[in-house]
Amino acid sequence: MASNGIAGRVAIVGMGCTAFGELWDKSIADLLVDSATEALDAVSMTPNDVDAYWLGTMGSGFSGLTLSRALQLQNKPVTRVENYCATGSEALRNACYAVASGAYDVAMAIGVEKLKDSGFSGLAISNPPSDGTELDWTGPAAFSLLAPAYQSAYGISAEQLKAVLSRIAYKNHFNGARNPRAQFRKEVPLETIGNAPLIAGALGVFDCSGVSDGSAAAIIVRSEDAFDYTNKPLYVKGLSMVAGAGSGLRDRWYDFTTFPEVVASAQDAYRQAGVTDPRTELAMAEVHDCFTPTELVLMEDLGFVERGTAWKEVLAGTFDLDGQLPVNPDGGLKAFGHPIGASGLRMLFECWLQLRGEAPADRQIATIGEERKLALTHNLGGTPGDCVSFVSVVGID
Amino acid sequence: MATEVPQIGILSYAAYLPHWRLRHREISTGQNSGSSATRSVASYDEDTTTMAVQAARLALEASPRRPLVQQLYFSTVEPAYIDRTNATAIHAALGLPPSVLAADMLGSIRSGVSALAAATAVASGGLSTLVTLSDTRSGLPGSADERSGGDAAVAFVIGPGSDRAPVLAEHITTKHMTAEFLDRWRAPGSSHSQTWEDRFGENNYLPLALDVFSDALIAAGLGRDQIDALVVCGSHDRAVKRLRAQSGVRAEAIVEDFSRIIGNPGTAQPGVLLADALDRAEPGHLIAVVTLADGASASIWRTTDAISGRRANVTVSDQISGASAAVGYTTFLTWKGQLRRDPPRRPDPAPSNPPSSARSTDWKFGLVASQCLRCGMRHLPPTRVCWQCRTADRMTTERVSSANGTIATFSVDHLAHTPHPPLVVAVIDLDGGGRFSCEMTDVEAAEVAVGDRVEMTFRRLTTTAGIHNYFWKARPASRIVSEEV
Repeated sequence: MASNGIAGRVAIVGMGCTAFGELWDKSIADLLVDSATEALDAVSMTPNDVDAYWLGTMGSGFSGLTLSRALQLQNKPVTRVENYCATGSEALRNACYAVASGAYDVAMAIGVEKLKDSGFSGLAISNPPSDGTELDWTGPAAFSLLAPAYQSAYGISAEQLKAVLSRIAYKNHFNGARNPRAQFRKEVPLETIGNAPLIAGALGVFDCSGVSDGSAAAIIVRSEDAFDYTNKPLYVKGLSMVAGAGSGLRDRWYDFTTFPEVVASAQDAYRQAGVTDPRTELAMAEVHDCFTPTELVLMEDLGFVERGTAWKEVLAGTFDLDGQLPVNPDGGLKAFGHPIGASGLRMLFECWLQLRGEAPADRQIATIGEERKLALTHNLGGTPGDCVSFVSVVGID
Repeated sequence: MATEVPQIGILSYAAYLPHWRLRHREISTGQNSGSSATRSVASYDEDTTTMAVQAARLALEASPRRPLVQQLYFSTVEPAYIDRTNATAIHAALGLPPSVLAADMLGSIRSGVSALAAATAVASGGLSTLVTLSDTRSGLPGSADERSGGDAAVAFVIGPGSDRAPVLAEHITTKHMTAEFLDRWRAPGSSHSQTWEDRFGENNYLPLALDVFSDALIAAGLGRDQIDALVVCGSHDRAVKRLRAQSGVRAEAIVEDFSRIIGNPGTAQPGVLLADALDRAEPGHLIAVVTLADGASASIWRTTDAISGRRANVTVSDQISGASAAVGYTTFLTWKGQLRRDPPRRPDPAPSNPPSSARSTDWKFGLVASQCLRCGMRHLPPTRVCWQCRTADRMTTERVSSANGTIATFSVDHLAHTPHPPLVVAVIDLDGGGRFSCEMTDVEAAEVAVGDRVEMTFRRLTTTAGIHNYFWKARPASRIVSEEV
């Protein structure tokens, strides 16, 4: 592999995350100030103590000025990054490399998105001028292709698959109900999920993640400096980003039962972090459950279970809050909401809380132990066959 | 040295009828007629340009060897654009060489027969012309025009015969009568036509039609009883009926006009009915076409021995009796722009960008893919770097619009922006290689299944900022040709 990794060289010492949801009374600048301030307060810093900033936003602003204006930064380098729905993770990755390189002592990765102001249902992306031949469909339709493909590959019925997908939504709503920052804080009965109106293919309203506003931020320092700021730093063990060639929708060998980009980025991140058996070594995972079939397929692509078995493991409760490997204990994109640029850092925020034992008691996971001090975040941008994938492994040792 | 003068006539032809029908009884006029009559309806993503492309593709594919086309004429009352030529989009979709003239003949119902007459005239100068007649007809809700109109297109290659493309129907004569009177008119930009009192038009048309038919028979040296098929066209129903009754031809020679099935497709009507007559004709048959529009025109054609082997692959009656689907009246009104519906809470589709479109004309209009010369991988859209072997700039191009395909997977999108929700998107594996993901059309979501066979069809995806976004979609293959799989 071509990546050397920066395992153990940098640590996260402070984090902030706003509540996600329909935040009609918060501007983009408000959201940035809220998450940045929470992260800075945790380590008793001022914005001036941070040497460099990476801002992730898909469409809520251009350039570093979106952040420097909001925080009134004085002569700081601010880089705005974008990588579809993996934008927040891209901000983190770049900030980590900046500190690992020695260029800066303290960096902040911050992500923000304000989607509700668009007035549209679902996600609306404005693309550069084109010849108009690109397929103009929606995210749910693109991801819905995973469901029939998985069904026919593993010989399960449409009814069985629908039950599995509903079970994933049920679990994430259950977890979100225990998260005061989540957009949807109510448990939803399986029956309601299964009978919801269809959006695309077999996907109903409850199979789709929330469209929301929000922001999250992390402060990164060299590992050797970490204890100057906190006695419970989160070390970055592996960071991997893969951009696919985008040929899935044009290549007849692609069968919609997997994200090859996820497999590649997971293997790279595991190698950097020295993980050989993610299911037993990870205490938890935050994955990109933009739609329920995505989470199903990710369980296999991330190597948590064998191919073709994730559906049984979902039904067996393996990924529940009290399961063998809790997945999305904060409610995930499904219940916590999905403000694009913030989501990758929001995933890290849950790892931060859980591994430090700071999650609310009713959703603190019990899997953390001597042999299990690692957590994973997985962030996806694009659609099946045409996506970028990010995987990080973080730990408290 | 005397050389043999080549025959002039029709070298190839085909008609195109859209998939949809409106039942007259669906039209809420306040009285329920109980009629079984229907009219043809262009889909929301069709216009006169796209229908002309469909007809022209069928006509060019009808012969074993594609006939030479040196000019392209496009005629309609309902052009997608004015100020710029519409025939250029047809030219691009067919992949005709740049040196081929593409010309519009627009505005009046009569421009259809005029285009045929012009092509016939230049044929004696040695030029082969692809003539496309296309029309979409409607009127105000509840009007006779709305009910009796039809949407259709037809294409003919007219020129001197050759070994490559022999004449199927020789042109014997065409005669015209021109007269200035206001029977039917429409101001530019108006959504509907107006007509004067019925008997006025009848009084003007009938003598003109009788005269022009006589002139043509005299010029051809034929008697009325020698005509094997008489096609009478025109938007004035009473005058058309009376000419049929008074034409003097044998009763069995008067052909069915399908007006109770497809309606009257205006500009395209003489062509569609001539195509149907050719579909049925034996070698040596005499076909007369009389059109009543701002005067009258009559042409006479004699089929040759070549007709038996080179008829349209899909006949007019195939398309009349083949798969079609009923549209409800409110859907019809929406498609015809008479009813504005609540738009989805989604951004308006972005207009297709002129420079980007110009760069990709072959792909966007012609569905031209690239194929890797090193590994053979076919790419839709065309790329410079091969997805399979990563070789750069070793590509050949390949027109794939005639390739059929199989649905690998599909989704029904209830959220996407479309005038006919839900949007059906299919991932299609094309025969001969390559995968194409596109919209499905002429189908209801519940009818689509993995493994279904599809064919490519040229459509108007959206219209934003006055720009029509033309591109290709897939539709069930059985809609046009029942293929052998």
